[in-house]
Amino acid sequence: MTPLLSAKSVTKRFGGRVACRDISFDLWPGEVLGIVGESGSGKTTLLNCLAGRLQPDDGSVVYETASAGTIDVHRLSEARRRLLARTEWGFVNQDAREGLRMGVSAGANIGERLMAIGARHYGDIRQAASDWMGRVELDLDRIDDRPTTYSGGMRQRLQIARNLVSNPRLVFMDEPTGGLDVSVQARLLDLLRGLVDRFHLSAVLVTHDLGVARLLTHRLMVMQGGQVVEAGLTDQVLDDPQHAYTQMLVASILPV
Amino acid sequence: MNAMSPVLRVSGLAKSFVMHAQGGLELPVLRDETLDVAPGECLALVGPSGAGKSTLLRSLYGNYRPQKGSIRIRHRDDWVELVNAEPRLTIDVRRHTMGFVSQFLRVIPRVATVDVVAEPMLRLGASPEDARRCAEFLLAVLGIPERLWTLPPATFSGGEQQRVNIARSLIADYPVLLLDEPTASLDVANRNGVIDLIRDRRDAGAAIVGIFHDIAVRDALATRLHAVEPPNAPARVPL
Repeated sequence: MTPLLSAKSVTKRFGGRVACRDISFDLWPGEVLGIVGESGSGKTTLLNCLAGRLQPDDGSVVYETASAGTIDVHRLSEARRRLLARTEWGFVNQDAREGLRMGVSAGANIGERLMAIGARHYGDIRQAASDWMGRVELDLDRIDDRPTTYSGGMRQRLQIARNLVSNPRLVFMDEPTGGLDVSVQARLLDLLRGLVDRFHLSAVLVTHDLGVARLLTHRLMVMQGGQVVEAGLTDQVLDDPQHAYTQMLVASILPV
Repeated sequence: MNAMSPVLRVSGLAKSFVMHAQGGLELPVLRDETLDVAPGECLALVGPSGAGKSTLLRSLYGNYRPQKGSIRIRHRDDWVELVNAEPRLTIDVRRHTMGFVSQFLRVIPRVATVDVVAEPMLRLGASPEDARRCAEFLLAVLGIPERLWTLPPATFSGGEQQRVNIARSLIADYPVLLLDEPTASLDVANRNGVIDLIRDRRDAGAAIVGIFHDIAVRDALATRLHAVEPPNAPARVPL
């Protein structure tokens, strides 16, 4: 078995500041990797480098495609990278408005990705859109409404449907439950957990919420100041933290 | 495999905790633990509170990370080392070979009890119907009323949650089982049901390591005792 995604010494600087330094890891098929750390620790920069949205200054990101062997994500043409991003990958933004087209209906938001990969039969696209509305627990009556009329939690579920409709193998998620009410968060987490299991997704999930990490991820990388200070199985890192920074993070969780 | 040869071998295991918030204070817990467990055996860890019984059990499961020593387990007809193992190996061992029954259920919001219990069996590739049937059987044996099966266990009593946890941990028929106080907070009738289930597993060839504070439970299940010695206390523990 080969890793699905391999980061090798990924480094990214903004001006003189190093946003992430010398980060290497393998993501294996079926794994959900969490990247945790506080704001400014470099989590999102790393995620964007992994997903090919940012060009690292050093290092490489290698992805094992479904049929075309391994590719270096940052050496692809822009056209091929975009194709990869809407076929084999998904990207769930913290702010659903960035991941959705706010001016078109929910159904069109889901169907668009299918059309982008060649689906042309209107009835099939409509059917797939309805199926996914159901899977993310959105009311079918709202399929023709624009996401501007949706609540934050509904938009996030729509964004997830839009990403998963093309059956991606790897999903990047940037704080997918950030900014939502706690009850809405719980429902979304539960939904994500079920979808990851059911479709055997691999995922890289950025979050500052250790509870979210505990529920959704198999492995964790803890980032501080652009570096990975600790990594391991999620329950190891949270129950037996080794690094001073991780111990501080774990000790800062508010008990309910 | 010969029924007498061990499936879990631990040697020279050492584990301490370094508390960075206390100026790097090191708390040694396990110094040099060595044990073997064979199929059909139930090894009871004994020792005073604070001796490190739970730390040992959690280290065996890969939840705590020992600094020294070896934990080898028979996994998919091979021996594998769990100390410093790759996460995906530990995950695979937990999925196929080693189960852990803790005192507490980590509740997943909104998932029905029967599905919480069936999940480990589904992950091993069982059909949803078979997994559901086994889950219902275990819940019935453990005395969880049928009207609760479709509800999420979040609102259940402590004893009910613990029995759901036991059902979930026993459904996959793991060759190695780790039990941390499996009968704490259960009444006598339910305690006896749990003892029967675990004894059946033991007699069917599971290798078991457990912590049982209740002497009656220990007497009913343990085939051997393993003393965990308290570590020498550090010179002074700042509070």
